[in-house]
Amino acid sequence: MIPELGQFALILALLLACVQATVPLLGAWLEERSMMAVARPAAIGQVVFVALSFGILTWAFLVHDFSVAYVAQNSNLTLPWYYLFSAVWGAHEGSLLLWILLLGLWTVAVVFRSRSLPEAFAARVIGVLGLVSAGFLLFTVLTSNPFIRLLPAPLNGADLNPILQDPGLIMHPPMLYMGYIGFSVAFAFAIAALLGGGMDDKWVRWSRPWTNAAWGFLTAGIVLGSWWAYTELGWGGWWFWDPVENASFMPWLVGAALIHSQAITEKRGALRAWTLLLSIFAFSLSLLGTFLVRSGVLTSVHAFASDPRRGIFILIMLGIAVGASLLLYALRAPKVTGGKRFAMLSRETLIVIGNLMFVISAAMILIGTLYPLIGDVFGLGRVSVGPPYFGPLFILLMAPIILLMPFGAFANWGRADSRSLLRVAWIGGLSGIIGGGLFAFAASGGIPPWRALLGSVTAAYVIAGVLAYAWKRWRSVPAGRRYPAEMAGMLLGHFGVGIFLAGALLTSSLSIERDVRLAPGQSTLVGSYRFQFKGVHSVQGPNWIARQGTIVVTQNGETITRLHPQKREYPRGIVQTKAAINAGLSRDLYVALGEPLGNQGAWSLRIYDKPFVRWIWLGGLFITLGGFVTIADRRFRVRKTVDKDVPKSLHIESPSKLRESTA
Amino acid sequence: MKPIRKRRLIFIGLILFAVTLATTAIVYGVQQNVSYLFLPSQVLAGKAKTLQSFRLGGMVQKGSILRHAHSLKVDFVVTDGDATLPVQYTGILPDLFRANQAVIATGHMQGKRFIATEVLAKHDATYMPPSLREAMAKAHLKNHVNVANAGGAK
Repeated sequence: MIPELGQFALILALLLACVQATVPLLGAWLEERSMMAVARPAAIGQVVFVALSFGILTWAFLVHDFSVAYVAQNSNLTLPWYYLFSAVWGAHEGSLLLWILLLGLWTVAVVFRSRSLPEAFAARVIGVLGLVSAGFLLFTVLTSNPFIRLLPAPLNGADLNPILQDPGLIMHPPMLYMGYIGFSVAFAFAIAALLGGGMDDKWVRWSRPWTNAAWGFLTAGIVLGSWWAYTELGWGGWWFWDPVENASFMPWLVGAALIHSQAITEKRGALRAWTLLLSIFAFSLSLLGTFLVRSGVLTSVHAFASDPRRGIFILIMLGIAVGASLLLYALRAPKVTGGKRFAMLSRETLIVIGNLMFVISAAMILIGTLYPLIGDVFGLGRVSVGPPYFGPLFILLMAPIILLMPFGAFANWGRADSRSLLRVAWIGGLSGIIGGGLFAFAASGGIPPWRALLGSVTAAYVIAGVLAYAWKRWRSVPAGRRYPAEMAGMLLGHFGVGIFLAGALLTSSLSIERDVRLAPGQSTLVGSYRFQFKGVHSVQGPNWIARQGTIVVTQNGETITRLHPQKREYPRGIVQTKAAINAGLSRDLYVALGEPLGNQGAWSLRIYDKPFVRWIWLGGLFITLGGFVTIADRRFRVRKTVDKDVPKSLHIESPSKLRESTA
Repeated sequence: MKPIRKRRLIFIGLILFAVTLATTAIVYGVQQNVSYLFLPSQVLAGKAKTLQSFRLGGMVQKGSILRHAHSLKVDFVVTDGDATLPVQYTGILPDLFRANQAVIATGHMQGKRFIATEVLAKHDATYMPPSLREAMAKAHLKNHVNVANAGGAK
């Protein structure tokens, strides 16, 4: 009975979402205040029912209600309790419900934080969010109902896919989804501005923290996913250019462009149309990502159960959303021009170049990701595009961004002083070559390979730029006003890029990877570390049995650590490799069991020495932090600036919006 | 020409130049780096002759997995129902590698043998890449492999 209530709640939520999507938009169009007032209650009602539905599904997992097909497929009596929670989003139907729930959370936040906006504008934003909710609720109810019953109910469920039974995977999907969906706020804002026919700089200020938060979540989700792949997949890699990774990376790149262009639009009024376009792109790419993951059209480690109906549904939704919003953009964007002009050498120009590179990179990844589909349609054969394409091109496209990064902070708005920029070039270049060079020598203990050298030099260059700017503020600005949150966020984020660069390039060039065959008692030398294999014995976990190896690692005769990699066997006979990692700031020692060889107790082992691999995620964490810290800026706490008694049309069509473009 | 207009022209010119350069690099990059997937019968028919490296897809033939005693070398045979191709690989095979399972190997031909540099068996026991599933649709009838179940999960 209770699962049916869950489904019922879902349908009610759909109906409320339809109300939320239509009435406020109509009201804003007709300037009918009573209709606009429907927006907030409808949105809250919708979210309450979605939450109820999500709660009921979670409850079905907690009480092992295997009469629910979704629970039976993704849970098991022996599954530890904490994985019962994460199993809710362990497969297609539930993760879609999580998606809708998180969209609901964003909607509620918008409902409560949008009181400073003009009524018509807020109604439009909430209405557009309602449209998105309605689309996804309809999708769930029609094609992916998580509450379908099994008759008769099985006594035990299958199991949660063992690869998902990992702490990293509990948080990875919610974080990633928060990011994806967060862009729907920026999207709703853009559509509302286009519908209203105008764009107030105050509204841009209102929308900035939302974009930053979404981007922060997305970064966190990607970092977690990368860390999980490293620990769980047993290959020791951290990025594979897999279609689904690309699906999350494209909105990230466009999001990075968007947070920068929003800053220009808010502070200088320029690039309004571009900011709107990026908002539409970021959200469209999030939808496209969903399509790629859900439809199973691409070969990927993430391929969920593929049902052609689902793919077609999302494709239609994608077509409507992208088509309609771009059409609206084409019709209305010429009206939203304006802003201060800027010189060739200015912060705006630098950000525009960065923006272009971000967008081109996203386009490059899009082409590579979709190429197999295109090749298939045009009969070019079964092709795939892999790291040899993405890697070098991405580095090539990011190079200008990295090179220009230190200048961005120093360049003034409008017109930059070329002498001060020249000084930055000196500081950055010198610290890069000297500091980075020394670091590369120390890290590789000799003549560094060119990649390691490149990584250290660029990292030192970027970090020197950040520190130089922090120092400049320290000297020239009185205490208390030196680092407003927005600037602190920028510094943290850029610092993170430096750390990430060092990590990514040092790891890729200094790693030692060895696949070896070892009998008990035998040892092998990897780098300066000796790995001695002590043999394998059985261990028992809550819902698995494993063969666990023991490897003693020594360096110059001193014992560094004992590692215990496992080969776990879960119910249904699924085998899962669990690597053992000795983590450190300057290097990771990584051992994974391969397979038993012969009957003398010998095993194949995968042994890695990965210097500075932690810096990749450390950099990612700084970037995430940068995204979140920015939100705390005092400027974003907009006070009520709009007098409710003034007709809305005056705000929307204020003369400043109709100025000619000058930039 | 007015200085402002001139500057704007330079600016637009630079952007156009950058975009053209990027597009060329991207198109060239894709063309250089696509990797084709072939079944053993297609390889034997000479379809992969001109390629330096390609991906070989199929099922691991039952009873064909042979490990060398003192190294990480392993030999196995990939079949698509119509033809078979011997494969040699040095290294650690994925967890899901076993007889009668779908496999995709990347590598090149050396004489009559395929030398694999990478072997992939997908994460889920029931998952099969869509491209391979389609190509294997015929083979499955002959090999009694359960392809109908090949849906897959994350």
